[in-house]
Amino acid sequence: MSIRSKSLKPAEQRRVSDLRLGESGTICCLKDPEMALKLLEMGCIPGTQVRLNSRAPLGCPITLVLGDDDYTLSLRVSEAATIFLKD
Amino acid sequence: MVGGGITIDRAASAASAAALEAVAANLPRDHKGLTRIALVGNPNSGKSSLFNQLTGLNQKVGNFPGVTVDRKTGVSQLTPQHRAEIIDLPGTYSLYPKSLDEKVITDLLYDKTSEQYPDFVVVTADASNLRRNLLLFTQLADLGLPAVLALNMMDVAEQHGVHIDVAQLQQELGVPVIPMNARKGIGVAALKIVMAQTLNLPTVSFYQPSEELLPMIRQIRYYFNLHNDYLALHYAHQFRHISFLSADDKAYIQELTEQYDFQPTPRQAQETIDRYARINDILLNTVSVTRTERNEPYSNRLDRVLTHKVWGYLIFFGVLFMLFQAVFAWASYPMELIDQGVTWINQLIQTNFHGPLINLLTEGVLAGLGGVLIFIPQIALLFAFIAVLEETGYMARVTFMMDRIMRKFGLNGKSVVPLISGVACAVPAIMSARTIENWKDRIITIFVTPLMSCSARIPVYTVLIALVVPDQKVLGFFNLQGIALMGLYLLGFFAAILSALALKILLRRKERSYFIMEFPVYRWPRWKNVGITIVEKVKTFVFQAGKVIVAISVILWVLASYGPGNALEQAETKARAVAAEQHLTPAETDNRIASEKLENSYAGLFGRTLEPAIRPLGFDWKVGIALITSFAAREVFVGTISTIYSVGQDADMRTVQQKLAAEKDDQGQPFFTPARAFSLLVFYVFAMQCMSTLAVVYRETKGWKWPMLQLLYMTGLAYVASLTIYQLMK
Repeated sequence: MSIRSKSLKPAEQRRVSDLRLGESGTICCLKDPEMALKLLEMGCIPGTQVRLNSRAPLGCPITLVLGDDDYTLSLRVSEAATIFLKD
Repeated sequence: MVGGGITIDRAASAASAAALEAVAANLPRDHKGLTRIALVGNPNSGKSSLFNQLTGLNQKVGNFPGVTVDRKTGVSQLTPQHRAEIIDLPGTYSLYPKSLDEKVITDLLYDKTSEQYPDFVVVTADASNLRRNLLLFTQLADLGLPAVLALNMMDVAEQHGVHIDVAQLQQELGVPVIPMNARKGIGVAALKIVMAQTLNLPTVSFYQPSEELLPMIRQIRYYFNLHNDYLALHYAHQFRHISFLSADDKAYIQELTEQYDFQPTPRQAQETIDRYARINDILLNTVSVTRTERNEPYSNRLDRVLTHKVWGYLIFFGVLFMLFQAVFAWASYPMELIDQGVTWINQLIQTNFHGPLINLLTEGVLAGLGGVLIFIPQIALLFAFIAVLEETGYMARVTFMMDRIMRKFGLNGKSVVPLISGVACAVPAIMSARTIENWKDRIITIFVTPLMSCSARIPVYTVLIALVVPDQKVLGFFNLQGIALMGLYLLGFFAAILSALALKILLRRKERSYFIMEFPVYRWPRWKNVGITIVEKVKTFVFQAGKVIVAISVILWVLASYGPGNALEQAETKARAVAAEQHLTPAETDNRIASEKLENSYAGLFGRTLEPAIRPLGFDWKVGIALITSFAAREVFVGTISTIYSVGQDADMRTVQQKLAAEKDDQGQPFFTPARAFSLLVFYVFAMQCMSTLAVVYRETKGWKWPMLQLLYMTGLAYVASLTIYQLMK
């Protein structure tokens, strides 16, 4: 339940940015410490379920639905790429 | 703000509220009689609705010291005997500020000795999204601030099948919890009653700083004489950004954090995770969710159309079209009325009174005031539109669709609105850039918006294009003059976009641009909020920018009405002599005198002084005067040119054109050659010649640095572009 450093995880681990439309995953960890502060505050806590809800017409930004709160978050793909998913 | 003894009718009009403020300014500050309450909450938690419900039109927008954030305060009549001053703090997700706006909150809440320190805070929370909203609440409670939780949007929560045991929640949180629906005003009465009580300090603690940090925390706590450990921890986290700490204080904390090897980022992350764990426990005991059949939310279905890759953009352009219609077409009627009203008052004064002071009043002050008032319909309509788009949640979608495109140019999805509004008028457009949280993106947007061709340039464009571009069709149906006009608009647009790109590269400020934001569900706009927004924006414009516009108008009037020594009297005598010689009619004589006087006034002197500098652009001193007076507003160009070429004040454009066409240069050839006209046109596309814009940029950036840079950059750009055009074409 904490932010792990980059070196501990294999590079091929899936990220939120890899989700397909409508697909869900569980947040494992946040890789960018500074971005993590903002993401955590917005409810992207490790262990939370996220679903890729929609993509902007040009592919970025995207919207995610978090947990069972029915709460939608929008963020850029580059920001979503810092959120890693559990296997 | 107001001492005891004055009661306000809840439905007090804006006028009487303003009168009360005037009274308040004269009264000594009486903190004891007035409870000071801070309103804090997440964005989209209904904080503004609640603030409007509590204070009505009895609001005042000021500034927080030293930062570019509006300080909104209002007085609320809690009970017949009890009045409170409410301060509306910027919406935030946590007490760890990410933007300049949010720093205002910590500056206010960290300093208990400050005169501004609130007696307690009202925390608004979106009941349908309680988990995330409680994060901020638990931080505030741990700071040791007495608090009330306004559990807002209970109706939405119920629609989502979320049931909250309010009594249990109140017990778990240790503070009064008021369920409410601020948009409809439900629960406001109950909240007011609670707010009128003396509140106890919070009894429940939600987070304990880690044991190993205690030695450091305690040293900070005792050194600064703070009332609890959590506040001391915040000092350790944020000492660099706390405005009231001295350099020595900061050095002291820095030393301690180094001594104890304090790592702020992981500590803060862990705190957030721990708080969420605690909040989950609380919610487990107080909230039950019964999910009936999961119908797809209507917001999602709407989004499939409104953010569609074809329909989405089409609808957006439709909305834009409406906005243009509103600001150009609908606003023109009230603007005409205002114009006529000011003219009528002016004539009334001029026919009944005479003297230099009356001239100052009519041609200086009233003309300037008219220049301010005339923008009110455009500002009101533009902000009505923007407020509705924001209230409904559509603006978040526009931002979402445009972000990728705008980011390439150093802008942001949210820059779309100011850039578009800039085609009407840069003044309200720059004010609307406030929705951009990121400092760099906002400054770039403000900086380039005046390059979009505004409506005040239209008179200049039409007169000059008609002069040099033949009125004929190309390819059968394209009107050449229309193409020229469109070319000027495109020139402005590309200048704006490319300048943004250049600024993006130049401004190397390390501020991370986030796009992480809540994507709100669609809602019906709350008309009261829309109305209050309009009143507030118009008031801000009239009182803040208006002061500067009137001041500069008066200066321009003085420059155009007086000259060194008795130069003006000589000019008049000379003009009369010429008029008598040529047997001119009285009206022609007056024109002749006005023209001769202007030439010899200080403004004329400036025109002549300016001539060497603008000669390479093809302009003479007469155009120079027009350039100077255009600074009051670009459309003044036509009036000035017509005065200089001694066309009567009431002349329509045809005569202005004829006069321009008849103007001869030294060799007796027509003065306005295509080279000169295009040079002048391009100058008007780029040059910063609008004091209203400068005044509003000054207000929005809280300093002269940006307006001055803008003036230099745009005028420089205009000079170089005109020079190139003229030298190539002549």
